[in-house]
Amino acid sequence: MLRYIARRVLASIPVLIGVLAVTFALARLIPGNPCTAMLAEKANAETCARFNHDKGFDRPIPIQFGIYARDVLRGDLGNSIRFQRPVMQIVTERLPLTIELGVFAVLIALLIGVPAGIISAVRRNSAIDVGTMVGANIGVSMPVFWLGLMLAYVFALLLKNTPFWLPPSGRLTSGIASVPFYQVWGWNPTKDTASFHVLEFFSNLYVFNSIITFNWQVLGDALKHLILPSLALSTIPMAIIARMTRSSMLEVLGRDYVRTARAKGLAENRVILAHAFRNALLPVVTIIGLQLGTVFGGAVLTETIFGLAGVGRMLFEAISGRDYPIVQGFTLVIAVGYVLTNLLVDLSYSLFDPRIRLQ
Amino acid sequence: MATTVEKIAPVVLARGPESLWRQALGAFLKQRSAIIGVCMLVFLILIALLAPLIAPYNPVQVLIGVEDVQKRQPPCIHLLGCAVDKPQHIMGTDGNVRDEFSRIIYGARVSLYIGFVTVGVAILIGILLGSIAGYAGGRLDNLIMRTLDVLLAFPSLLLAIAIVSVLGPGLINSMLAIAIVSIPAYARVMRASVLSAKEEEYIQAARVTGVSPFWILFRHIMPNAISPLIVQGTLGIGTAILDTAALSFLGLGAQPPTPEWGSMLSAERNQVFTAPFLVFFPGLAIMLNVLSFNLIGDGLRDALDPRLRK
Repeated sequence: MLRYIARRVLASIPVLIGVLAVTFALARLIPGNPCTAMLAEKANAETCARFNHDKGFDRPIPIQFGIYARDVLRGDLGNSIRFQRPVMQIVTERLPLTIELGVFAVLIALLIGVPAGIISAVRRNSAIDVGTMVGANIGVSMPVFWLGLMLAYVFALLLKNTPFWLPPSGRLTSGIASVPFYQVWGWNPTKDTASFHVLEFFSNLYVFNSIITFNWQVLGDALKHLILPSLALSTIPMAIIARMTRSSMLEVLGRDYVRTARAKGLAENRVILAHAFRNALLPVVTIIGLQLGTVFGGAVLTETIFGLAGVGRMLFEAISGRDYPIVQGFTLVIAVGYVLTNLLVDLSYSLFDPRIRLQ
Repeated sequence: MATTVEKIAPVVLARGPESLWRQALGAFLKQRSAIIGVCMLVFLILIALLAPLIAPYNPVQVLIGVEDVQKRQPPCIHLLGCAVDKPQHIMGTDGNVRDEFSRIIYGARVSLYIGFVTVGVAILIGILLGSIAGYAGGRLDNLIMRTLDVLLAFPSLLLAIAIVSVLGPGLINSMLAIAIVSIPAYARVMRASVLSAKEEEYIQAARVTGVSPFWILFRHIMPNAISPLIVQGTLGIGTAILDTAALSFLGLGAQPPTPEWGSMLSAERNQVFTAPFLVFFPGLAIMLNVLSFNLIGDGLRDALDPRLRK
């Protein structure tokens, strides 16, 4: 088992180096000169030469890459041009929102997609099955940004003054503030230290923060604000998970051991959940891992529509504003997150299918 | 014309065992959802071809001073009780006082063009890279496939955004970006086919008799790779249309006044509470277009994969 894990972890290292190389190249390929972008009107031949020397831009490319890799490993992603602050700090502020959004979207997708897929497979060709598959086909074909806007229109405008009203933008209603848990508990961390940023990061996960501080008002409000964006973000993964669960279940339901389980008189629910579904799970888990990419990409669109200051939105603004350090840092964080979650998914296979461990 | 058909028909019928393609066609035509997909696509292609005949207005014509309309005027359909003396705009007018319906109609051209060209480019490059990797093997194979793995390590839409930011915004550049991010999928399919065919005896035989690698690839390996590529490509058109629309929505794709559905939707997104129809119709059009390709793709997959055929 340990050897299996070690091999998988080692195998992802070349990809991570590749990711590092791409983000490094990216910041050098975006049109425009970092010197004129950073110094603006102060840029001239002399100041630019000094600037390039200070930042190491006049050194050979491989050495620049080495310096970049070293800084990244130290957790230093440079300073944002626009905000004049370390990129790492901005990541700790923005990333929690995107994580919350992504986790909720995947949860919704799983909670609806998996049961829908199972029921469709068990009642093959029934009205429920046909309905689910038509819904899934429409779900994968729907532009996320359109669905988001339509949901906002229906729930924030048409259902105004009803109990179903949901807010169309922001994370919390103005007037409601999320107090970081470390303040509630009377801790006084020194600002601008690594541990402070870790605490900041966790306290910016509003749902998590309000649960551990027992602040139900903030929790309710934060959840209310999360529903529409995560629902919009969840449709494509939900549809794909439902289809995958269905086809994987159909394959397993025809197997001999399922017939045996039925023959020995097990309750149908147990046959379906314990015997069939457990074995049908593997392809579904793979798909969930792959769908995380859709979720991260979709986050740019959902965050734009619902006025949320997350990673996706920040990255998009940084690209339009030529804020290279942010572009570089955020792309790196997202890609590394994507590679690592897929690694976790790969490792989780062995939990579901012991044969993989032994190979 | 009729005589040719009469002459050929008995020959085809007398041919004995059905070819794989005919069987696949039969299996494809048995699927209701695939037929619906084909009908939707034919309908869309007709709309695109006949756009000048269907659209009541020029899609980029600003109607200020031409007739008595306001900007973002709600749909006015005479049959549904809109006053007859008012000019008819089935889907209303947009923020620049253009006829929304005409723009949607012309948008079908842009959307289909995006889908076919993007996937065409991606498939060609994918086939090239995949066959080189599969045929050459060794280091070159490793280099190509690991590079493509790195592309897959980025969420595709984010990578596309990054590529467009390097190339500069615009419809062609955004199509190119989407094509680049979808190359790995095709390259992998092609490489897998090449690898599985390479060691077959008939390929060895062809090699021994001195057939050129290009001809082996083209004549002997491609026919085996073609059906997974068709399936992947059809489903890929849907994704390409969706992602290009997303880039346009972010302002990176088609630029005004091109009647592209994604950018039309984007231009009016802040008016969703006051003029929802300007957001609803372009999005619906994108969805129907993508849905048609997805239905056809699913149908082709079931029809072309003998294991799935029942």
